[in-house]
Amino acid sequence: MSAPVLMLLQVASRQVEATGTGVFLISTLVKMLVVFTIYMVGVAMLTLAERKISAWIQDRHGPNRVGPHGLLQPAADGLKNIMKEETYPDAAYKPLFIIAPAMAFIPALTAWAVIPFASPLPTRWGLIPMVVADLPIGFLFILALTSLGVYGIVLAGWASNNKYSLLGGLRSSAQMVSYEIAMGLSTIPVLLLAGNVTLSVIIDQQAHGLYNILNLTIAFFIFMVAAFAETNRLPFDLPEAESELIAGYHTEYSAMKFSFFFIAEYANMVTASALMATMFFGGWDIPISGWENAAPYTALKTVATALMFAVKVMFFIFVFMWIRWTLPRFRYDQLMSLGWKFMLPLALGYIVVIASVMLGLDASGIEYGPLYGLALFGVNLALVMILFVMVDHGRIISPSYGRLDPRELEKLRGKRQRSALARRPDAKPAAGPTKPAATAGVTR
Amino acid sequence: MSRRTVEYELSTTGLDAQGRPRRVPLVTDGGTAVAFEPPPSVEPELEGEHMLINLGPQHPATHGVLRLVLELDGETVVRCIPHVGYLHCGFEKIGEYRQYNQIIPWTDREDYLNSPGNNVAFALGAERLFGIEITERCKVLRVIAAELSRIMSHLVWLGTTCIDIGAFTPFLWSFQERENIYKLLEDWIGARLTTSLTRVGGMGADIPAGWTQGLNNFIRTFPKTIDEVDRMLTRNAIWVGRTVGLGVMTPEEAVNYGLSGPMLRASGVAYDVRRDFPYLDYETYDFDVPVSTHGDVYDRYLVRMEEMRQSVRILQQASARLPDGPINIDDPRVILPPKNKAMNEMESMIHHFKLVMEGPRPPIGEAYVAVESPKGEKGYYMVSDGTSKPVRWRIRPPSFVNLSAIPKMVEGHLLSDVIAINASIDIVMGEIDR
Repeated sequence: MSAPVLMLLQVASRQVEATGTGVFLISTLVKMLVVFTIYMVGVAMLTLAERKISAWIQDRHGPNRVGPHGLLQPAADGLKNIMKEETYPDAAYKPLFIIAPAMAFIPALTAWAVIPFASPLPTRWGLIPMVVADLPIGFLFILALTSLGVYGIVLAGWASNNKYSLLGGLRSSAQMVSYEIAMGLSTIPVLLLAGNVTLSVIIDQQAHGLYNILNLTIAFFIFMVAAFAETNRLPFDLPEAESELIAGYHTEYSAMKFSFFFIAEYANMVTASALMATMFFGGWDIPISGWENAAPYTALKTVATALMFAVKVMFFIFVFMWIRWTLPRFRYDQLMSLGWKFMLPLALGYIVVIASVMLGLDASGIEYGPLYGLALFGVNLALVMILFVMVDHGRIISPSYGRLDPRELEKLRGKRQRSALARRPDAKPAAGPTKPAATAGVTR
Repeated sequence: MSRRTVEYELSTTGLDAQGRPRRVPLVTDGGTAVAFEPPPSVEPELEGEHMLINLGPQHPATHGVLRLVLELDGETVVRCIPHVGYLHCGFEKIGEYRQYNQIIPWTDREDYLNSPGNNVAFALGAERLFGIEITERCKVLRVIAAELSRIMSHLVWLGTTCIDIGAFTPFLWSFQERENIYKLLEDWIGARLTTSLTRVGGMGADIPAGWTQGLNNFIRTFPKTIDEVDRMLTRNAIWVGRTVGLGVMTPEEAVNYGLSGPMLRASGVAYDVRRDFPYLDYETYDFDVPVSTHGDVYDRYLVRMEEMRQSVRILQQASARLPDGPINIDDPRVILPPKNKAMNEMESMIHHFKLVMEGPRPPIGEAYVAVESPKGEKGYYMVSDGTSKPVRWRIRPPSFVNLSAIPKMVEGHLLSDVIAINASIDIVMGEIDR
């Protein structure tokens, strides 16, 4: 095999040398298939889980007609969506209209490639890491990919050529861009502590000390809120706020393209849950016991750790659903001010605090381990008390004192009339941005 | 150039200098109806800085077929023009061709969340016209019906408002309680939504044996649900953030717009028809009229929540004092003879026939009665020329008057706030469009 390809493979996994290229390629292919299958089936079952959990919260039964306990409901839904007619609005820009659902879905799926889901599996060809690609830049890869998800939504909103869709798309782009920053900054303490951006190293670091939820509590809270915003789940589901924007960016979608947005939403949810589990709850590490981290890896350990990981991920998925069926929705400006005025400064300040504490701990010669973690935990406990007991108290989300001043309102009202009257009927339209082909269909 | 229809009615050319909508000519000189074609000067609004958006008539959060045309600057509402009339059924005109007892089913259908309350209100109006004094038992039963329907209507308001602000779960909790009331009504009169509970001079049916047991059960369990919703929302930071300071109406503005009911009381004007112009002996019941001061969406929420609790208090007292005796007055001119008599005695059968075919006849005159419906002050006005059908019948719908303040309340707020404010008005389009 030629050198550049080998180098690429080396980037994809540090195990190549240990196992050999052929084994690496085949095992990666198998892992891809397994992960993809479990992931897709899991996402399908999540739609059922959401309905069952919401039913439980709301004193209902939920779906219980298709299959035992409604277990085949996702299959029935999928079948229905495939059979349904695909509709295209006249004014829609078709290429993007068709691509958008896939663009929303693919990044969430791809992000899974770098998440380790179990302890390494020993085979006769060597130790195979239980991650599709153990990228050295694992975490940066995830940040990069999840940012791509917004394109699907924005393009769906724009290509539909519907005002509600457009508003949904605009909201989601603003929301995702804002929370991306807070999310990225909240993970910097994690990376500082691990000294690495590879997810398997982050897990390793947690296994040999305390979990990051204790080390970096505030970072976890920021990350969780940002993850809710990134996945467009309530209380941050403004892009599809059904009471305001009908269905937001997917108002005009039907059949399988429509359900692709749902699949994307659930896929994003799983990815976000997996990230929270990996970065703050030790990934596949079994708490307290050190058995699964010790050197002689066995298949049993792989299965046990995979189950542990599944439990952690499911817990966060449950939290996602629990919150969705409990809380009301934010308003757009509240969401933005929460993101920019609170989460961003908090994340920045937290980086400074954690970096100084780590500097102090390193200077005092404490080795990384449980003691180091406990010291960090003490600092975090104090910060959590200050933040949630003293600062918050319902003051972070400002009520809507944001009504426009009557004079401003009058000015705004006058603006349109002036501009409309100023434009003479025979005048050519002013040289503005070139109209894309899609808007030509607007004057129907 | 393609044809534009409805949208331009509201764009710049559709408004005169004061910003009021101008009438749109739908018929040109040829006499053929054509779609309104706008002058080219206002082409197309996407190039402008403002966006016109049509909220409704088919929209999940307009509570029926309300249509709000919003001019948006970004997401800020610069101008709001409500359109009503999509659910016009002509109830009032139909009423002119119906006997008084036959109008009662129509009152079910106008404010369909408050059917028993409407039945009671209409019967009160008709009885004032007839000059009838109803029995004690009937009065207490009507109070029970009116208060149950107030709770029912407020529960729908609560649930839909929660959905509009994004909290789905309280909707189902409140609908479960509503189901309990439905079961009570079903046991009483046989119908759930369109109850047609009252008749001129009495009730359609007496409560069955053991019914008050069910009522007392409801009185006992219902406050728990209210407390649960209260815990979920009242101090929830997001809920407070979404409702405080929204759509503020000062007391002066509220009175000037003619608001009534919880909308008025949330603005700090303590006016409740039940207390200030008592009917059905409301002055003998011990209940509070909740009043709040800020006049925003949050205060309307608090006022309605408290009203449900006060309704439970009234129900408790009514259930305790329910006297025995007849439900219908003893007046053969308006009350049908008992069924067994009508089937067995010739005179009663003729009486029954005459009363059903010709209907009870009130004296010449007119009557207006106003009651406190869940939405506000609801009035029924009827004019009699001495025949068995009213020559005029008119409803004073509180939702309609309250809705007229929506441009005042939403302009300057964000699009999401329009939904919350619209929910806080608690409109029923059946009543508005009639």
